[in-house]
Amino acid sequence: MALSGMRGLSVFISDIRNCPNKEQERLRVDKELGNVRTRFKNEKGLTHYEKKKYVWKMLYIYMLGYDVDFGHMEAVSLISAPKYPEKQVGYIVTACLLNENHDFLRLAINTVRNDIIGRNETFQCLALTMVGNIGGREFAESLAPDVQKLIISSSCRPLVRKKAALCLLRLYRKNPDVVNVDGWADRMAQLLDERDLGVLTSSMSLLVALVSNNHEAYWSSLPKCVKILERLARNQDVPQEYTYYGIPSPWLQVKTMRALQYFPTIEDPNTRRSLFEVLQRILMGTDVVKNVNKNNASHAVLFEALALVMHLDAEKEMMSQCVALLGKFIAVREPNIRYLGLENMTRMLMVTDVQDIIKRHQAQIITSLKDPDISIRRRALDLLYGMCDVSNAKDIVEEILQYLSTAEFAMREELSLKAAILAEKFAPDLSWYVDVILQLIDKAGDFVSDDIWFRVVQFVTNNEDLQPYAAVKVKEYLDKPAIHETMVKVSAYILGEFGHLLSRRPGCGPKELFNIIHDKLPTVSTSTIPILLSTYAKILMHTQPPDPELQNQIWAIFSKYESCIDVEIQQRAAEYFALSRKGAALMDILAEMPKFPERQSSLIKKAEDAEVDTAEQSAIKLRTQQQMSNALVVTDQRPANGTPLVGQLSLVKVPSMTNNTDVNSADQGLTPENGALTTVDPPQPSADLLGDLLGPLAIEGPPTAIQSQQNIVSGLEGDHAVEATAIVPVDEPQNSVQPIGNIAERFHALCLKDSGVLYEDPHIQIGIKAEWRMYHGRLVLFLGNKNTTPLVSVQAIILPPSHLKIELSLVPETIPPRAQVQCPLEVVNLRPSRDVAVLDFSYKFGNNVANVKLRLPAVLNKFLQPISVSAEEFFPQWRSLSGPPLKLQEVVRGVKPLLLMEMANLFNSFRLIVCPGLDPNPNNLVASTTFFSESTQAMLCLVRIETDPADRTQLRVTIASGDPTLTFELKEFIKEQLVSIPSVPTAPRASPGQAPPAPPVAQPTSSAAALSDPGALLAGLL
Amino acid sequence: MGIRFILMVNKQGQTRLAQYYEYLTIEERRALEGEIVRKCLARTEQQCSFVEHRNYKIVYRRYASLFFLVGVDNDENELAILEFIHLLVETMDRHFGNVCELDIMFHLEKAHFMLEEMVMNGCIVETSKSNILAPIQLMDKAS
Repeated sequence: MALSGMRGLSVFISDIRNCPNKEQERLRVDKELGNVRTRFKNEKGLTHYEKKKYVWKMLYIYMLGYDVDFGHMEAVSLISAPKYPEKQVGYIVTACLLNENHDFLRLAINTVRNDIIGRNETFQCLALTMVGNIGGREFAESLAPDVQKLIISSSCRPLVRKKAALCLLRLYRKNPDVVNVDGWADRMAQLLDERDLGVLTSSMSLLVALVSNNHEAYWSSLPKCVKILERLARNQDVPQEYTYYGIPSPWLQVKTMRALQYFPTIEDPNTRRSLFEVLQRILMGTDVVKNVNKNNASHAVLFEALALVMHLDAEKEMMSQCVALLGKFIAVREPNIRYLGLENMTRMLMVTDVQDIIKRHQAQIITSLKDPDISIRRRALDLLYGMCDVSNAKDIVEEILQYLSTAEFAMREELSLKAAILAEKFAPDLSWYVDVILQLIDKAGDFVSDDIWFRVVQFVTNNEDLQPYAAVKVKEYLDKPAIHETMVKVSAYILGEFGHLLSRRPGCGPKELFNIIHDKLPTVSTSTIPILLSTYAKILMHTQPPDPELQNQIWAIFSKYESCIDVEIQQRAAEYFALSRKGAALMDILAEMPKFPERQSSLIKKAEDAEVDTAEQSAIKLRTQQQMSNALVVTDQRPANGTPLVGQLSLVKVPSMTNNTDVNSADQGLTPENGALTTVDPPQPSADLLGDLLGPLAIEGPPTAIQSQQNIVSGLEGDHAVEATAIVPVDEPQNSVQPIGNIAERFHALCLKDSGVLYEDPHIQIGIKAEWRMYHGRLVLFLGNKNTTPLVSVQAIILPPSHLKIELSLVPETIPPRAQVQCPLEVVNLRPSRDVAVLDFSYKFGNNVANVKLRLPAVLNKFLQPISVSAEEFFPQWRSLSGPPLKLQEVVRGVKPLLLMEMANLFNSFRLIVCPGLDPNPNNLVASTTFFSESTQAMLCLVRIETDPADRTQLRVTIASGDPTLTFELKEFIKEQLVSIPSVPTAPRASPGQAPPAPPVAQPTSSAAALSDPGALLAGLL
Repeated sequence: MGIRFILMVNKQGQTRLAQYYEYLTIEERRALEGEIVRKCLARTEQQCSFVEHRNYKIVYRRYASLFFLVGVDNDENELAILEFIHLLVETMDRHFGNVCELDIMFHLEKAHFMLEEMVMNGCIVETSKSNILAPIQLMDKAS
């Protein structure tokens, strides 16, 4: 065999290969390490060749999994060897053995730099590669300018430049400041004009890293990417060497499409058209062929194209084409394609409006849940989890439950968690939810975490209708001969609380219940016994009149456990024994548990946490985040501000969120005693009992409750708090539901965007999504009940101003627990006005009535459509509209000082499009827009703002349009946006007789007068 | 960052080449390689070429007695990596002529040189076989 020219190395490798076992291998390795070590010690006599040989041996040993803690210096020293072979080994082995924090690396930094700026291009390549692989911050700071020069140097050959590009990528990751965005954005775009496909491949990776951090700066690269893609797709100027099974560099195609996914949209219509042509060609033109490699390569491109189409959210035509393709893929025989079909379908769920098409494939996806390949099953599970909603939850959860019994251990925990979450999120009725959880515990008890059974207890406690049902169900399970310990816990708890509801049924008397529970006691561990003891105490309490026989039996158990070695058990036994002798007083002390406060499901949080983070923000993740910010997720609520609630589902007594003082006192009562003897204190018995009953589980309880209270309060500091509370009508003092977040801020945000949250409090979240077309608007209100109990007496009334015709579809009176209902709302704009429609919303939660009046973001600027006009169109119009009432002019003082740029942005955000360059005076600003209403139809509006650079607090506004009311309203609207905060409440009314005008962007709440008079404040608000 | 590591392992589970593009301690490498090898080598031909492990996705391909395992980020294009493995094998084939496990074993340095030309910092640098092999051929000529 032709050996590598290093005989010693070959012999060593042979020896290792011939070792009959691991022990022998270790001995041989140790011998060799000893040998190398002694050689390195007498370094003087070593030639570069010998050093090279030993360094390779070290790398080989390292690769076998043995630690090599010496000889690093020798590897690094080879970097400065004069000859290529030694230098090469030095660089490669250094990159393999050392990491970026290694001290020796610092010693080499000068040599490395000399190689990079030197004339020898093979040395340049070696140095760039090493720095690209392990260079740290220090390298970034000292080498980045040289590396950048190499990338764009015209005298440098592609083989150096491609490595320089990836080297810069490493340095950029170590210290983003080394790439100066302003200067580099243009160079990056130039770099993409490159013909050499090797350089392009590397540059594209660099671009991906840069745009993923800052896509705005790299706009100019976007059309270049599309050009590259066109070149490859048309196979123009692609050398044979870069064609892989007939496909022009599939890797560069994939990377380019990946880069494009970091740009939010493509605005230029020509670029967009070109790109879609390419994508269409890929989607249509990818056929299945015999050759595996060709097939894989073309499908690699196809899947990336699918991802790009999903991202660009193209015309719906192409989207359904994508779903159709994916539907085909998930049913093919080829396992790779099946896997990728499922994976990409899950990604597609992020795209709005395709869920229904995906649901058509549900049967096929469920089949994949039984695939022999675990990779495919995982994808199927993820997809099912993602596509689950109220309509298909029953089917999907039941499939998962069925699969659970046969699934491998590796998947059971995930399966149970997902089934539990879906059951909770989408339960059509709560009894089904209870069934699912109990089945889950029955089938996979070992994999059901405590959170899951805590949660079901919480639901049952909070829903009276559910209690007898749950009691019957758990008793059925208890009748089985062998059940999981978690089932014992949950059944004992539920029967202790609600077993008495069954007392009329045959076989469900206190004695029978006690017997079937007590039968389980010998089989359970010490963590369950305390729960059983509590159950016994409760059964005893519910047995009226007392049954002396049962009493003696239970007392005997208590006294037996009084001497138990486990402190928790001992304490409970002693306390219950003493308490249960008090007779009637027991009734108070052991009364039923109060309802639990509503809080985020800890399961959902757990599932979120379980998602692993990769170091770099991936395109998909970014996209998901973008989507999430628009999506209205009812079940996943976190406090609007600051720290999220503590994840543990802590069972602490907070009778209702509205009762602040009670929380504090309960806390004081509970903490020092750690949930035990204060039980005798009558004013607040239940709080402590709860702690007692589930003492070991409630550790995190009290701080959670306090913290959540603080969150709500601290979110409403200063005038925000005043404003938020001012929304609540004064005549209903018990209406103490606190909104989460700032209502006014939410409204103003929605004036500028079309979806988001309008209102949120601990019980409900109201989201809104709007579409505007000319003078029509379609809004959808999403009413999400965050609780585990229904919200009743839900009422929504629209108080429309006279210029808007609003039709609200029927709002259901009851919102089921954790459900979201959608109420569409049709809006027609009859004529120009700045008045605002108000939604009067109320609901009942327990005994509390909550009522809020919310402004709807159907405001004037929603009926504007941006139009940009040229000078030839502008001036004739401007001149033809001469003077009042069609053209109005006003000097406005007390303007918020804004730079012209900022003002232009403000205008653009209201869809008044600024036309730069029309006005010869650089201090002026000209804008245009089209206004739509039924009476005016489409009406062009022209705006001119003249500013005074010496005094930015005043300016002159001139508005022109073909309708006098519109001109006036638009002028007032613009003034409201410009005028600074305090002076506005006195703004003149639009037309007498109508409702008060819309408020300006900033609320006048800081004014003292407004503060002292809630009525005035309310009027100002509405 | 794309590619996290490239492993070549024979069907007895012995590592023949390991190249990492992120730093792991030797203990971490040993553990990771053990887990991955156990997972992947147990799979059948009818199963797909992708295995999810910790926060990696392993894309793998088997050539006779040798497994090529590439650890990538979860959102990497799997098929592109699968064919990149094949490109690597074809490149080795062109150099060694009918490459086999022993070639890689005894010419560890050559295998490293080729990888060095193909992947850098977890990103693909070059996909043209002649460009990849040019420096090696130059060296062979010189020696």
